[in-house]
Amino acid sequence: MGDLPFAIELAGQGVANGLMYSLVALGFVLIYKATDAINFAQGEFVMIAGIVIAALASDAYGFPLWLALFAGLVFMILFNIGLERVVLRPLIGRPIVSIIMATIGLAAILRGFGPMVFGSAPRGLALPIPDAPVIFGPFFFSPIQLVGAGVSILFLLGFGWFFLKTRKGVAMRAVADSHQVSSAMGINVEKYFALAWVMAGVVAMLGGVLWGSMSGVDTQLALVGLKVFPVVILGGLDSIIGVIVGGIIIGLVEALASGFIDPYVGGGTKDFAPYVLMIVMLMIRPYGLFGRKLIERI
Amino acid sequence: MFYRESGEYKTDYKRDMTVYALPISRFAVGLMVLLFFVAAPLLMSEYQLTLLSLVAIAVVGALGLNILVGYAGQLSIGHAAFMSVGAYTAANLVTKLDLPFLMTLPAGGIMAAAIGLIVGIPSLRIKGIYLAIATLAAQFIIEWIINHSPSISGGVQASIEIDRPTILGWKLDQAVELYLFLVTIAAIAIVCTQNLIRSRIGRAFIAIRDQDIAAEIIGISVFKYKLYAFGISSFYAGVTGVLYTYYLGIASYEQFTLVVSIDYLAMIIIGGLGSILGSILGAFFITLLPIGIRLFMENIGSLFLEPEALASIISQMRLIVFGSLIIIFLIMEPEGLNRLWINIRNYFRVWPFSY
Repeated sequence: MGDLPFAIELAGQGVANGLMYSLVALGFVLIYKATDAINFAQGEFVMIAGIVIAALASDAYGFPLWLALFAGLVFMILFNIGLERVVLRPLIGRPIVSIIMATIGLAAILRGFGPMVFGSAPRGLALPIPDAPVIFGPFFFSPIQLVGAGVSILFLLGFGWFFLKTRKGVAMRAVADSHQVSSAMGINVEKYFALAWVMAGVVAMLGGVLWGSMSGVDTQLALVGLKVFPVVILGGLDSIIGVIVGGIIIGLVEALASGFIDPYVGGGTKDFAPYVLMIVMLMIRPYGLFGRKLIERI
Repeated sequence: MFYRESGEYKTDYKRDMTVYALPISRFAVGLMVLLFFVAAPLLMSEYQLTLLSLVAIAVVGALGLNILVGYAGQLSIGHAAFMSVGAYTAANLVTKLDLPFLMTLPAGGIMAAAIGLIVGIPSLRIKGIYLAIATLAAQFIIEWIINHSPSISGGVQASIEIDRPTILGWKLDQAVELYLFLVTIAAIAIVCTQNLIRSRIGRAFIAIRDQDIAAEIIGISVFKYKLYAFGISSFYAGVTGVLYTYYLGIASYEQFTLVVSIDYLAMIIIGGLGSILGSILGAFFITLLPIGIRLFMENIGSLFLEPEALASIISQMRLIVFGSLIIIFLIMEPEGLNRLWINIRNYFRVWPFSY
């Protein structure tokens, strides 16, 4: 075909985008790892963080950018602590459909609440990052992609280190393993639940800023949450390294599929290809590339 | 006070097997038939009848989803995709082969059931969250395939227009006729579901939901019955899709997006998982909720809001109320409206005494 340079360029874009998907998926994995809850509202978390920050930084409120970012961070932390208390804690031990439906309900609330309070018109979110593309050999990226990929790697490595090496991280893994046993060993389970949701909130806030400054902020931003599922299934629901690898693979597949298949079928492959890959993965290795294998035979 | 169940003896097997064993339940069923088949068409306006028609369609879909999620315990987030399969099957059969309604209705259901069986195959290996995500993927993949195959979706707009249904030469073009017809289908669906749940298959579903390993050990083929659940549930969904298509006069994939799947899940959660009455109540509740909110906001909200702002506020209010109701029901009353009704009934059963 002679399209190799095109493929390489697409691959570069795909990896950069994929790492930013990893950042969003990380929030999902953190919550699942620590509390066993499945969060279908991760995309809406990203959206609400983006909306709050963009609205505060806009002329209507006139906050300087650093203050808006800080306010967004505080908002997400408080919001997620409240959420864990009010909604998720009463549902501990309920069937999985309850928890999924509760987070779906939450997603609906956020999609209504954000535009109602801050207005539904799309906003830009300008970060002090230059626009001129950066060129590395055959690849070229916009600087925001590089910043996004950099932040993602930093946070993924940071959380990886946190879970493996720190006392709190080990305690959190223990909580994920068994609530009862860790409680008996003197771990304050409720505190770690709250901590997991706070960390997910922080990650969502970063995702909201990065995705928001790339594609503008409105309710459409929540759609990034739909990419979370292919990423986490591919990598494994409870694995941090899986999130990185899964994100990169999904980003690559998405970019290559939309570059090479779209011209033949008339668009939309970008949203379709990751799910096909995910179905294949579910058939072969439901627990993902790096997930913990739960053996249960019937 | 109103009625005591004592003195009702089941003296032969026939009595024991009847669906409505108690005189009061026969009376209630008769009352409902009178209400929906006689009183409603006579007394209600055309607009109210169209709303009730939508509820009747939703009842069929909610019953189907409740068989899968509430009785068999298999979560599906892609139910609207099965509806779209039924809808497009019927629309294509009508426009290309000119088949009558009485053939397209089961054809749509059977096609949806076939697709549902394929989607159900992974349920052998995966469950819980994994199955939920697999059905979510099915939703996207089916939507994409329909949208990107002109031979199915009928060209650029991905929508096919069809005529109002004709049954044995009788064209249903009045709102009343369509309503009576849809209520009849809903009634058939309710009776079928009641009998399905009483049967061997229904009891196998419940056993699998409660403990799949134990069910396998007492000799229920878990895989077979999981596939049955997917097939039957998708058949209901396909029929729902066909009914929507005839009702709206158009088959369009936009009526069957993920949001619709979530609406149906909300119906059975708010109505009550694993309950037929719950499916019906939930279908009423979720279908009429946006209309209730709009009426409320137009009457109360217009006092202190600009008319232009009102339209967007209504759609946002709908999302917020919808989400809040799901969460409130999940936390406060996980068994839904059905449980509320049972509580009320049990209270009056011994009234005025406390037990």
